[in-house]
Amino acid sequence: MTVGPVAFMVLAAVLFCIGLFGALSKKSAVAVLMCIELMTNAVNLNLIAVSRFVTPDSLAGQFTAAFIMVVAAAEIGLGLALVLALYHARRTVELDRLDRLKG
Amino acid sequence: MPDSVAVVPFVVLAIATVGGALMVVLSRNVVHAAYWLLEVMIAVAGLFMLLSAGFLALVQLMVYAGAVSVLVLFTVMLTLRRREDAERPLDLSWAAGGVALAVLVTTGAAIVAYRPVAPRGAAVAPNVASFGRLLFTGWALPFEIASVVLLIALVGAVWWAGGDRP
Repeated sequence: MTVGPVAFMVLAAVLFCIGLFGALSKKSAVAVLMCIELMTNAVNLNLIAVSRFVTPDSLAGQFTAAFIMVVAAAEIGLGLALVLALYHARRTVELDRLDRLKG
Repeated sequence: MPDSVAVVPFVVLAIATVGGALMVVLSRNVVHAAYWLLEVMIAVAGLFMLLSAGFLALVQLMVYAGAVSVLVLFTVMLTLRRREDAERPLDLSWAAGGVALAVLVTTGAAIVAYRPVAPRGAAVAPNVASFGRLLFTGWALPFEIASVVLLIALVGAVWWAGGDRP
């Protein structure tokens, strides 16, 4: 028995939505960044699966996924640096307590 | 090249991925969530292997399972003042659940409407040699831009996180 591209699409959609749920509902900045990584992985999985089943010789999806990995690595590095700077400045990483601009 | 993959490793890796992702969202301890994230990254690398993307599986293991997980764990431990701070309330909101469910339903409708298309081009299994050849010919310019992006991100991260600012 084998599975085709649709199974990978369903898996990627479920993974993306779990990550989206966590990114929208978590109150800790580090947890939000972790959930964004889940969403990035879902996108990469979808790209590689579709590339493998539709255009296996040009590898376009694999290259796009590789560059998404580069951008995601930069994003998580900068994001965690921001979290550390935030912790130095405010002694907290709780997103609920960053309400200085609230009217 | 077959146009499908074996079902048993797919199901095992899919359960590992979705279960780990649920544990990332649902575990109360931030350190435990970081370790579950590591497990999800490794399972996704296995799925990449299943899709004959060997090089990307290796990159996934080195970048995500190696670097990003360690970085996340470092940040978690640097921003906790006491051991007890790792335990947090569950932070689940109905609004976020509604948005995620709406996205899932929309994506599901799109997947149901999807009709498989015949593979275009030669039906060869992707391999590392063709990946490398294409990366340094057609994709050379994005590759160089990516290296500049990583350099700028590195400098920016050091500058932001540096402790000895005035």
